[in-house]
Parts: sequence; structure tokens; C-alpha cells
Amino acid sequence: MQSHNIIELNNVVKTYQRGDVAIPVLKGVSMEVAHGEMVALMGASGSGKSTLLNILGCIDRLSAGTYWLDAVDVTRFSKDELASLRNSKLGFCFQNFHLQPRMSALDNAMLPLDYREPILSRKEMVDRASELLELVGLADRMDHQPSQLSGGQQQRVAIARALINRPRLLLADEPTGALDSKTSHEILELFEQLHQDVGLTMILVTHDAEVASHAKRTIHVRDGLIAGSSS
Amino acid sequence: MTKLLTTRDETMPQSSSLRWASDVSSPKHTFRRFVFRWRPFLRLCVTATHALRRNVLRSLLTTLGIVIGIMSVIAIMEIGQGASATLGESIQSMGSNLIIVMPGAASAGGIEMGAGTMPTLTPDDVNAILTECPSVLAAAPSVQARMQVVHGSKNWVPATMLGTTPSYLAIRGWNSLDEGENFTEQDVRNANKVCVVGLTIVKELFDGQSPIGKSVRINNVPIRVIGVLGRKGANVMGMDQDDVLLTPWTTMKNRVSASTLGSVNQSVLTSSANGVNSFGDAYPRSFIELYTTPTATQMMNTPRPQRLTNVDQIFASAVSMERIETAVDEIQQALSRSHNIRDGQVDDFNLRNMTELTKMFGSTTTLMTNLLLAIAMIALLVGGVGIMNIMLVSVTERTREIGLRMAVGAKGRDILAQFLVEAVLLCLFGAAIGIVLGRGISIAVSKLAGWPVAASPYAILASVGVSLIIGIGFGFYPAWRASKLDPIDALRYE
Repeated sequence: MQSHNIIELNNVVKTYQRGDVAIPVLKGVSMEVAHGEMVALMGASGSGKSTLLNILGCIDRLSAGTYWLDAVDVTRFSKDELASLRNSKLGFCFQNFHLQPRMSALDNAMLPLDYREPILSRKEMVDRASELLELVGLADRMDHQPSQLSGGQQQRVAIARALINRPRLLLADEPTGALDSKTSHEILELFEQLHQDVGLTMILVTHDAEVASHAKRTIHVRDGLIAGSSS
Repeated sequence: MTKLLTTRDETMPQSSSLRWASDVSSPKHTFRRFVFRWRPFLRLCVTATHALRRNVLRSLLTTLGIVIGIMSVIAIMEIGQGASATLGESIQSMGSNLIIVMPGAASAGGIEMGAGTMPTLTPDDVNAILTECPSVLAAAPSVQARMQVVHGSKNWVPATMLGTTPSYLAIRGWNSLDEGENFTEQDVRNANKVCVVGLTIVKELFDGQSPIGKSVRINNVPIRVIGVLGRKGANVMGMDQDDVLLTPWTTMKNRVSASTLGSVNQSVLTSSANGVNSFGDAYPRSFIELYTTPTATQMMNTPRPQRLTNVDQIFASAVSMERIETAVDEIQQALSRSHNIRDGQVDDFNLRNMTELTKMFGSTTTLMTNLLLAIAMIALLVGGVGIMNIMLVSVTERTREIGLRMAVGAKGRDILAQFLVEAVLLCLFGAAIGIVLGRGISIAVSKLAGWPVAASPYAILASVGVSLIIGIGFGFYPAWRASKLDPIDALRYE
């Protein structure tokens, strides 16, 4: 077992440039997440928690500071290096799922496999994706397009897609934001199950204390700074 | 789920988080990377086909420019090729591979008499050509005359009256006889009084009746007609090619004209007091002089032991159109050798062939075809711009998809490849339709208008190549723009 943390953020600053005006979103965030941890990032909207998650997910780049992911400094990574990092080590569940319309649940779940090196055969891809769709409870919905699925089911497809490359770290942006309480509960149970059975490191962004209560640790973000952490 | 994970634990008894992440690379996968290179490409094609099928009508309309362009290219090429093939045939009917050997120009006291005025060609030269020139298929000597031909109460002066050998017909591409048969080598050796006539002569002298077995009189020598040549029509110069009478050259030379072209123009001669209906020539001379006896002076001047009777021209045909130039060179060498012409000396013969004529007609059709092709290319160019336009729209529309693909690990080059493959597939698809339609048009043209067409595999190959180039050329910019997007901006794009 590695003794280091999977995530080490050191004084991370993110500034958006709108014309001549620089808008600071993150003003020096430092945090650590250990292997196998399940962490909730809480904060009001506009607090910078989503930006933080994007940076953790290597989708967005930071303006200053350092980010060590799995003992590698990704701050200086090139675009292509970041892309293969996202593909191999990270799973990302987007707030609005970002499923491809007119593609079946199976194809949606398989999408990241297209960019995997080395690429698998079609059969291996289908095996893997259907295994995961079974895991998230969509065994009978594989051929359905996103428009034919409920919100919860869509979220499950998104989770399957995030897990398809067996990532080290799963990031979820408001995983229950668009779901009713019953479905939310089911999704959260799924997350917990994954956390326990696979030992997957997870970071959930939420503004809902109920969701955060499922996590072992909650980090509060306020005005681009870590306001505190509670277990 | 617990079952699923348990089975995994059995196969890999490590701690679960390690196993979960341990599939990134193994020796087996490195091996696969080399073996299955086509796999990513295949996936790209599948993805692109899916994307194109999502909006069939738009894809069709986008590629319409390519369809029309390729269609015109194929139709123009096929009709153009058909036209030049027909032209080739019509030139061939004149004896396309024809090479004419003319004797050189005589000159006396600084006065050049013009080509063909010096009798330097002999039947020996024909043999030399046949034995020494591999690119020559056949060669025939010819003795020309222009004399009145009489049958019954009718008379006629054929435009072409030639004494030659049987291979002359093959050399001129005159393969069919309407009636009877050609004269033989035997007839040539024996100077038999036989002839083969063209259809115009049949019409003028025999009122269209079959002339086989009947006799005509030329210069009061009765000559039996043994064959009627097939119709050839007028040549490109407007000369009636059916107004022809052929005899063995020995007959023509020794029995009929008894002279070479230089002094023969019997239409003029007969009108003079010289030879009006003297029956003295009605019967053949006692023997035929194939060889003129050289005078003592000639023997002194020309150290060659013997010199055969001169012939007016030699007709030769090259093995193929492409080898005409080679054949001309070979004949040049063979004759220079047999005529003892040293380096730097002027040849005592001239060679002519039809390549100029063929080239002239060929270049006309080539010019027309190229002109039309240029227009078709413009259509293709416009089609390419259409592709680029729609691909740009498509990239904008699918910005979020691009963002997502990048977020799950697509590199810039993956996105570039995806859109490039889409554009290329679109073009190739358009090309396929265009080829089918173009073929359809050319077939319809040949059926309805009766124009000759020739299927052109080259055109099909070329149009596939061109559409490939257009797809890459015009698809590159949109694909490049897509590949330069930033994942976070693309995901947030509304």
C-alpha cells in the first residue's frame, strides 16, 4: 500500500481572465486526500468548489501552486499528458451527466475506451461496459438512449462511464443535484458500495449536507479558500 | 455486485484498490499495440459513420457537391475516352501504324526535283526492312500509275492505281474483301494479270454488278478482276479510298506501265499521239525482265553487283502505334546500311508516318477533355468548400461532445483524426455515389445518343484519389479547430 496521499494540493490559485479584469476563483487552496478516502467538498454556489473539482480532475489548469496526483506533479503536464492521465487514472461524473444523445447506454459507457492505450477489441469493450452497467444496476437498459432513461439511470450510465477505465480517483460534481431524494439515496448507496468494495478514492462535490454525511470527511470551501474540514 | 467482485478477487488476490488500477499496461498489451494498429482506425471509422448517420439528409446534401463533381469527371472521362477511341479507329482505318518510305530527291545542276523523284528504292529494301526491323509488322513495295481502265464501253481513271504485294491490304488496315480474294505471292512472282478493285470502280465500270472473273483493260493489257475490296469510305482528307485498283507490282511495272512514276501519267500520254489503241501490247511480252540490265557506266558507278527494279514507294506498318518511332528508326538504319549511306551523308530516301496526324487529332480531343475536366474540378472544389462549411458548423454544434471526449481522455490528435475521418468518409461516400451516377450517365449517353463511351478504371481511381485529397484538404481546418478546443471551455459551451 502506498503511504503517500493520492492528492496533494499546495497553495493552488485559479484566476479567470475576463477581458482586462482578473477574477480570482481559488485564492490559495491546500488540501490532501489519502488513498481510499471518500471526501465531500461542500460550499455555496460560487464558492469555487466546482472549479476546484475541475482542477482535481485535470480538466482545468491551475494558475499558481502545485498539484501532486498519485505522487506525480501534474502542474507542468502537457495537454496530451493530461488527457491520457484523465483517461487512465480519473473518473469524472458531470453535474449534467454529459451523456451523448443518440448513443446507447452501452456506447456511452464505452466512450473513454476509445482513447485508451492500447485500444481493446470491440468485444472486450462491450464485456467491460456491460459488466459495469450490470454493476450500477442497468443490465436491462444497455440499448437505451439517454433520452429513454430517467435521471437516476442517466447518472448510473455516467458512473459506469467514469469507472470503465478502472480509475484511481472518482470525482463527482453534484451527483444528486438533478435527482429526487429516493434516487439520490440509491446513487449515494452505489457510491458507498464502490468505496467499500473497491476501495476507490472518491471526491463528491455537493451543497447538500445529507449527501456530505455519506462521506467520511467533509471539506468546506468558501470564497475560494478552504474554510474547514470535518469528519 | 458482490459476486462480481469476489470472482475478481479470486483471480487477482491483491488488495482491491491496487488491482483496480493495475490494468494500465502489461507486456501482453504492448505486444497488442504493434499487432492491432488498425483497431483505433477502425473505431474511428465506426464513430465517424455513426456521426454521419445521425443526420443522413445533411450528410447527403453536404456531399452533393462532391457527388456532382465526381459524376461529371467520370462521365466526361468515359465519353472523352470513347471519342478518342473512335478517332483512333478512324485513323487506324487509314492504316494508323503506316510508315511510308519515299525515294530521295533528285537534283541536277543545283535544281532539286523534290521528294520521290529519284528512283532509289528496290524490292530488296522491302526484304531488308522485313528481316532487320523487329518493330515492323509488314512491308510492301508499291508501283504507282495513273491510267485509263476500260471495261466494255466504259472507262475510268482510278484515283489510286497501285502495283504491290498481298500484304499491302493488311498494312492499310484493309482487312475485308467484299467478294473474291486477294492476289497471292505467286501472282506477284509470275506477274499474273490479275487485280483487286475498290467499290467505286465496281460502280463506275460494272454498274454495281459483280466484276469477279471479268476483265478490264489497262493500257490495252487485259487484267482479270479476282477480288472486290470492302468499303472504306473517304479518308480524313476527303479522298475516296474506294477508288482503287491493286495489282501485283510486277504486273503493274512490267506489263502495264513498264515504267516508274517519274515518267508515267498515262492520262496525259494517251491523249498524245503516242499510244492510241495500239493492240501491239495486247499480248504479254515473251519474258519478264525483273531486273533491268545495268549499263557499263552504271556498273562502274554503282559497285553493287545487282540492282533490282526500282519501286516507287514502300509501305510498312509498325507492330503497334506506340512502336512507330522505333520502327522508323529501325527502317532508317536498315536502309542506310543497304544503300551504303555513310555518316553525314544525306539519305536517298524519306520516311513518313501518320504520328503527326494522330497527334493532331489526339490533341484536339485531349484539349476538349481537359477543358471539361477543369470545369469538373471546379465543381469538386466547390464541393470541397461545402464540406468545409458543414464540418465547421458540425464542430461548433458538437463542441460539448468534443469537450466530453477530451475530458474522458481524447487528445487533440484524437479529435483531429475523428473529424478528418468524418470529412474523408463523407467525400469517399460522395465519390462512390458520383462514380455510380457518372457511369450511369455515360451508359445512358451511349444507349440514347449512340455516342461511344469507354469505361475508364483510371478515372475511377483518380476520382477516389481526388475526393480523398479534398476530404483531407478541406476537412483539415475544421478538424484542427476542433482539436484546439480547451476541454473545460468546450464542456461549458452553450
